[in-house]
Amino acid sequence: MKDLILRFVIGGAVVSAFAALGDVLKPKSFAGLFGAAPSIALATLGLTISANGKMYAATEARSMIAGALVFFLYAYLCSWLMLPRRLKVMPVTISALGVWVVCSISIWFLVLR
Amino acid sequence: MKVSVDFSALRKTKWHEYAIRFLLGGSVTAVAGLLAKYYGPVFGGLFLAFPAIFPASATLVDKHEREKKQRAGIKQTTRGRQVAGVDAAGAALGSLGLATFAYVMWKLLPVRNIAGVFIVAVGAWFCVSVTLWWLRKKRWGHSSK
Repeated sequence: MKDLILRFVIGGAVVSAFAALGDVLKPKSFAGLFGAAPSIALATLGLTISANGKMYAATEARSMIAGALVFFLYAYLCSWLMLPRRLKVMPVTISALGVWVVCSISIWFLVLR
Repeated sequence: MKVSVDFSALRKTKWHEYAIRFLLGGSVTAVAGLLAKYYGPVFGGLFLAFPAIFPASATLVDKHEREKKQRAGIKQTTRGRQVAGVDAAGAALGSLGLATFAYVMWKLLPVRNIAGVFIVAVGAWFCVSVTLWWLRKKRWGHSSK
């Protein structure tokens, strides 16, 4: 439980810091780079290394490559739906999370498992 | 267009919007840890690249841009959606930097000093992301917003 609370606090702080950095930067296409910052990984990998060792963390990082490539698909899809397709921001960004989950789990099932 | 920093943007974000980001970021980090614990690091690792707060950030960008136009007397505007779309295009490039970060961690973590690997991985994320953004801007002249 202590580990979970620590992850929550560190994760919240690191993710918020990168989001605030994205807020202050211009142009928005550059600020968007910080929307895909390794915030969760930075918050969690240090704790993982101390609890489970370097090899365990390296295995997580290997899967993270797949998650990041699906993030590319997610962000590109959001951009395409919002710009040429002119759909609303909130429904697009939330419903596309389903695409991320389905694609990531499919890659895990077919390739990584 | 040059990259610039505008700290006044921080004042536009309300305290509850910061709180939402903190809660989402903290929750996803905690859930990623739980998934790794119950289903193993191969499955849990995927969620280190979950677009945790992207929907909240994009919605906030949209809201702030619409408010800005409304203050200028323009009630109907698509500016917010356009800027959020450009933000998403930037995130797509950043995600390739994120994949580079993960690759460096995967390859170097077992054989090198931990602190050094973190520094190199963050540097790789930043360099790849910024280079891709610059190449895109140079090639297609995008990112005017």
